Amino acid sequence: MALLQIAEPGQTEAPHEHRLAAGIDLGTTNSLVASVRSGQAETLADNHAKHLLASVVAYTESGIIVGDEAQQRQTVDPMNTISSIKRLMGRGAEDLRLLGDELPYRFAASDSAVPRIQTRRGNVTPIEVSAEILKVLQQRAEEALGGALNGVVVTVPAYFDDAQRQATKDAANLAGLNVFRLLNEPTAAAIAYGLDKSADGIHAIYDLGGGTFDISILRLNKGVFEVMATGGDSALGGDDFDHVIAEWIIAQADISKPDAGLQRQLFQIARSTKESLTQSERTGITVSSVGWQGELDRQTFNQLVDPLIRKTIIACRRAMRDAGVAAEELEDVVMVGGSTRVPRVRELVGEFFGREPLVDIDPDRVVAVGAAVQADILAGNKPDEEILLLDVTPLSLGIETMGGLVETIIPRNTTIPVARAQEFTTFKDGQGAMAVHVVQGERDLVADCRSLARFELRGIPPMVAGAARIRVTFRVDADGLLGVEAEEQTQHVKASIEVKPSYGLSDNEIADMLRSSMEHAEEDVRFRQLREQQVEAERVIEALTAALAKDGDQLLNDQERQLIDAALLQLQQFAAGDDAQAIEEGVKSLEQSCDFYVERRMNSSIHDAMTGHNIHEFETPEK
Amino acid sequence: MSIGYVIDIQKIRQRFRDLQRVVHPDRYVNATEHEQRLAMQGAAYINEAFETLKDPLRRAQYLLRLHGVDFNPDTETTTDTNFLMEQLELREELSEIPRQADPLSAASLFMDRVSTMFNRLISSMAIDFEMPDGQQLEVAREKVRKMQFLKKLHTEAEIVEARLEEEML
Repeated sequence: MALLQIAEPGQTEAPHEHRLAAGIDLGTTNSLVASVRSGQAETLADNHAKHLLASVVAYTESGIIVGDEAQQRQTVDPMNTISSIKRLMGRGAEDLRLLGDELPYRFAASDSAVPRIQTRRGNVTPIEVSAEILKVLQQRAEEALGGALNGVVVTVPAYFDDAQRQATKDAANLAGLNVFRLLNEPTAAAIAYGLDKSADGIHAIYDLGGGTFDISILRLNKGVFEVMATGGDSALGGDDFDHVIAEWIIAQADISKPDAGLQRQLFQIARSTKESLTQSERTGITVSSVGWQGELDRQTFNQLVDPLIRKTIIACRRAMRDAGVAAEELEDVVMVGGSTRVPRVRELVGEFFGREPLVDIDPDRVVAVGAAVQADILAGNKPDEEILLLDVTPLSLGIETMGGLVETIIPRNTTIPVARAQEFTTFKDGQGAMAVHVVQGERDLVADCRSLARFELRGIPPMVAGAARIRVTFRVDADGLLGVEAEEQTQHVKASIEVKPSYGLSDNEIADMLRSSMEHAEEDVRFRQLREQQVEAERVIEALTAALAKDGDQLLNDQERQLIDAALLQLQQFAAGDDAQAIEEGVKSLEQSCDFYVERRMNSSIHDAMTGHNIHEFETPEK
Repeated sequence: MSIGYVIDIQKIRQRFRDLQRVVHPDRYVNATEHEQRLAMQGAAYINEAFETLKDPLRRAQYLLRLHGVDFNPDTETTTDTNFLMEQLELREELSEIPRQADPLSAASLFMDRVSTMFNRLISSMAIDFEMPDGQQLEVAREKVRKMQFLKKLHTEAEIVEARLEEEML
């Protein structure tokens, strides 16, 4: 309970248990987990001292394998070995057709919005595949830290849209992780970097990973990371470099219609060719299966990838303009992501920003390290920590209006969390329902934007056309996820909203997945649930006790105090037992009895922060 | 700080950060749902306040409403014929930009011009809110209407530029 956080920083009365937290970088090519140990954030290695986990999942006869071993199966068992799954997160069947022949998988026909890949162990969604990777990282962290994780921060590309973010969160939940926060990758990198250099000023973070590209411009001031603008492409990365090299080899070697196995093999050859060209000026290529040998030099390689890099530069220019910042005003340009090792990337980025980009931090690990720092703070392990992240929404959020046009409600680069309302009216007498289509994107036409969800507003009281005033509030929370509420203003009727995510899993589908993954380990699950509830109860009790000791006497009268004390005692009794549900209800009921106290405390701390200021400074127009 | 059009952005930014430190949802990750909702509402409210104060157009609209002018951005429009004629010409000019020899620099120059016109209105606005009587408020209101036109024009120019950049790929 955050009563603790409201308490004076660094003066928490009851020293609480150190909560185990980790930061996870769920990457297209590789994934990492990091944690803060003895004050130091570091990535965690597996039993073979390897930090990077290849983001490859193999569905084999004998079980599911993740990592290097899975990667080795790619060419021999391509249909059951899944790589670069991040590119499919939050994507619908329509998108798959656009990605086309890049994907050597068999997709199952289904009426769900989420595509399913056929494997010998059944059909799997990208969410389930990602959950397998997360489970391995979770296990690694729990072994290293010696206990169950209290929560994690999972990073996502800043340019991920709502569906992609939601899919990532679903994957983490499916893996049994408690997600403190989804954190944008460039922002995570900035935290890691900021701690190293404690440098105030405006920074550009250029993050080119295996499958995604982000550019973030942010202002760092005394521990506050204020993202000014972000941009990118959630389908552009090192994979595409490999792709153009593979295409080049196919053309040079005159290969016609490579099968899935050869295609995977060509991608692997392309990747190692790219890596060799980081050091050497030219490198030999051998495709033994078709008996071809050749050579690629740096100059030809540069020509192949230049159009891709230029795409990133255009995004940089737009982000700089959105931030209202000129290149000279930048403190520095930081390179993140494995693909920034490509010399041509460094060269063109340096050219655009008019300075040498900083490459002195390991571009693979920096995101996980930043996520670990944030996870540690969010867990409440550093009550006097000054770091605060103020991120933005990367894409404009709008609704469909007449003629298939988009009306923007929340423009891109708006600081989150944000809530904006829009009023609608009915156009028929007695109209009881209304459809709203929410889209994300920068284009004027709905058809060119990404469909996020369709809402049906029901229960509008019968009125003549145009008389109803339905206020729809769109919220984007601190994870960058969208929520919607609607209320009819003249009669204050809350209209119910049925959300149909265009590219997401429905709640039922998620529940089914959870159920099937739990069936095998029901006992474990029951124990885990009990333990989780006990931990939760302990936390609430500890926080409340500390808060009461601090200001219970000032903020509560005797009667109120007795009420809270009684609820507290009851929860303590439940927590000693082994009924998870009773504990959960006890926590809820305690929290309910404390609602007014919590509000009083929050108001009192806001009051403290505002002391000496004029209230008018903080008023907002009612729009 | 007093109510006026001229702001001390450093001071407001500092205040914004101080408040976010207290209410931001990141401070309430382990909190109850009720607290998390409050934190999110509070943080969104503070973001909105900061956004309103730092944006010259939104700040002016807000000040008008604060002084009792019923200003609805969707329905307000200027009747200044000269200004409207000029807007028409500018729009025509914008639509010609893609056909120019160096369209990117043309777009950039065009945006600079629009920004200059916009900034001129901003700098004269401060005086209108110093002694905000009925007459002065009407003057300010007219400027805000024009600022809305110019802002929209600038946004459209940005779109033209973005499209040009895409085509150059």
